[in-house]
Amino acid sequence: MGDVLDIIVKRLALGAVTLLVISIIIFGMVELLPGDVAQAILGQGATAENLAALRARLGLGDPAIVRYFDWLGGAVLGDFGRSAVTDTPVGDLIGPRFANTLFLACYAAVIAVPLAITLGVIVALLRNTIFDRVANVATLTAISSPEFFLGYILILYLSVKTGYFPAIAKLSSDMTFLDLLHRTFLPALTMVLVVVAHMMRMTRAAIINLLASPYIEMARVKGMPAWKVIVKHALPNAWAPIINVIALNLAYLITGVVLVEFVFVYPGIGQLLVDSVTKRDFPIVQACCLIFAATFILLNLAADVLSILTNPRLRHKK
Amino acid sequence: MNYFVIGYYALLIGASCLAAFYGKKSAFLLLFSLTLVSFIVGIIGGETWLWNITIAAGVIALCAGTAYAFREFLVIVTPYETSKALAKAPLTASFGLFVIMTYLIAGVFAPVIAPFGEAEVISQSYAPADENMLMGADQLGRDLFSRLVYGARNTVGLAFIATTLAFLAGTIAGLLAATRGGWFDQAMGRLADVIMSIPSLIFALLMLSIFGTNLSVLVIIVAIIYSPRVFRLTRAVAGNIVVMDYIEAARLRGEGMWYLVRKEILPNSTAPLIAEFGLEFCFVFLLIAGLSFLGLGIQPPTADWGSMVRDNATLISFGEITPLIPAAAIALLTVAVNFVVDWMLYRSSGLKE
Repeated sequence: MGDVLDIIVKRLALGAVTLLVISIIIFGMVELLPGDVAQAILGQGATAENLAALRARLGLGDPAIVRYFDWLGGAVLGDFGRSAVTDTPVGDLIGPRFANTLFLACYAAVIAVPLAITLGVIVALLRNTIFDRVANVATLTAISSPEFFLGYILILYLSVKTGYFPAIAKLSSDMTFLDLLHRTFLPALTMVLVVVAHMMRMTRAAIINLLASPYIEMARVKGMPAWKVIVKHALPNAWAPIINVIALNLAYLITGVVLVEFVFVYPGIGQLLVDSVTKRDFPIVQACCLIFAATFILLNLAADVLSILTNPRLRHKK
Repeated sequence: MNYFVIGYYALLIGASCLAAFYGKKSAFLLLFSLTLVSFIVGIIGGETWLWNITIAAGVIALCAGTAYAFREFLVIVTPYETSKALAKAPLTASFGLFVIMTYLIAGVFAPVIAPFGEAEVISQSYAPADENMLMGADQLGRDLFSRLVYGARNTVGLAFIATTLAFLAGTIAGLLAATRGGWFDQAMGRLADVIMSIPSLIFALLMLSIFGTNLSVLVIIVAIIYSPRVFRLTRAVAGNIVVMDYIEAARLRGEGMWYLVRKEILPNSTAPLIAEFGLEFCFVFLLIAGLSFLGLGIQPPTADWGSMVRDNATLISFGEITPLIPAAAIALLTVAVNFVVDWMLYRSSGLKE
């Protein structure tokens, strides 16, 4: 087991370094601005007093390195400074919205993951039949469509024409849990469609890749039924690639929601990010980017560690 | 029960029986499962849903017919080597080629095809379609069809330029890394790792907030975000070729690096690189469309599909499909490119099971 621990510790350290480099990039990008942040926010017509006041508020007097460590130290504790436009603490703005985004992502994941794996196994069983080809075309279409296309189709058919679900996912504090699920069903379904298609294809590919191995041949020759060969022999060995795909798609669910949130006016962190980019509110943009990047890296890290743990062959270096 | 429903089931069941009788297994399975699905859907949704299925089946049949005719056309027109490969292409691939060609024509000849200019206001806002306007007017009273045609030039053109840039940067860096190795390889590899570990849309939003939204910035940002993918693939493919005996022989002959790249490595890695170009184009195209949809990409009054969806989005609550048309145009092109790439990957890898 010492070896496994070694590999995992190395991966974790690598992840931490990547995160640090990315925080430097996110912070350093803003420093690249022509002029400075205050000038960029207020525009060319700003008076000297206003500029000086904003510079003092953002603490632009200190050298960049000092500000970077201040910012990073705050960010670790959840304090991202104050919004440059409204002066409210960024942490207060982001907190509830990040919870909303996580809720939406979990909602979609709970539906998508079991569905995708089941469908992937079924399609692998039916490979090279007409159903497989139909599924291939259908999933390819779902993956290639922009999220807002799927979102508006769902709004048109499930909300406007039939009225089953609300088109706008407004949240209020006095909703029951069932109400909440009903209200956020369409955005969740949009993401489920994209993610299921991708995961299904990868599950199918992972299983079919294994079907050429000798031990599968052996199981078949023994006279095992096809579904048993796949579920008992192929699936356990396909877990590593499948876990990777799931993690990648969960990362997508959290970061790719920006467009979905925009379509359904969902009060999540993606919506906040887009608004802040338009207003050039850099503290919020930086904070959102850092959170998204950190989530992305953590999920990929988790996938790596899990696939090392599930696959004994990865534990030993060749 | 009316004549439509009776005819519908009679046709489906008759066709599945014929397919079963003549031993067409896959056609039978498809037709009969459609019959079973129709039973359930018909009971739940009634006649309208059966109409929807009929229309969908008709559209799919029309697409398949077009694809089949276009493939036969290509087989006759192209020279022998190409036509031999095309004759075995699946219908999805030839449908993809057909769509790509249509977009290409629309983009290149946009001023000739479009009846009005892209920023020309010709009627009231949201005017319905009439004999003048094929698809009605948008929120400012501009002809939607003309803007759609110009969008093929602007949106697709921009995505193509950005992809080409990303591809050139990635391929050159990848080839250099594979042939030269050493510190350059290491440095580029780490750089690619860092860029790829930031989600692309987030990275694009960060850079756009800093450098502002204008076209050249957009193209460069997208190229930076997507070149690491190409770099990795090129390096992997070229890395496999560099260790071959014929490269060794060329090196011993005293050939320079430029010769090695141009005459030995590139010709042997074109197939995966072309497929990658297609995939890359899809990613770039979707990213640019998404950014435009968020109002941060191509700026008005330039016609662009992403921002057209956003501008007409309010119409969706009145049950109009207007905002879906530009969105469908985006989806159709990405699907088409993916179909063609799928076929190319299948051909180059020879995956059978």
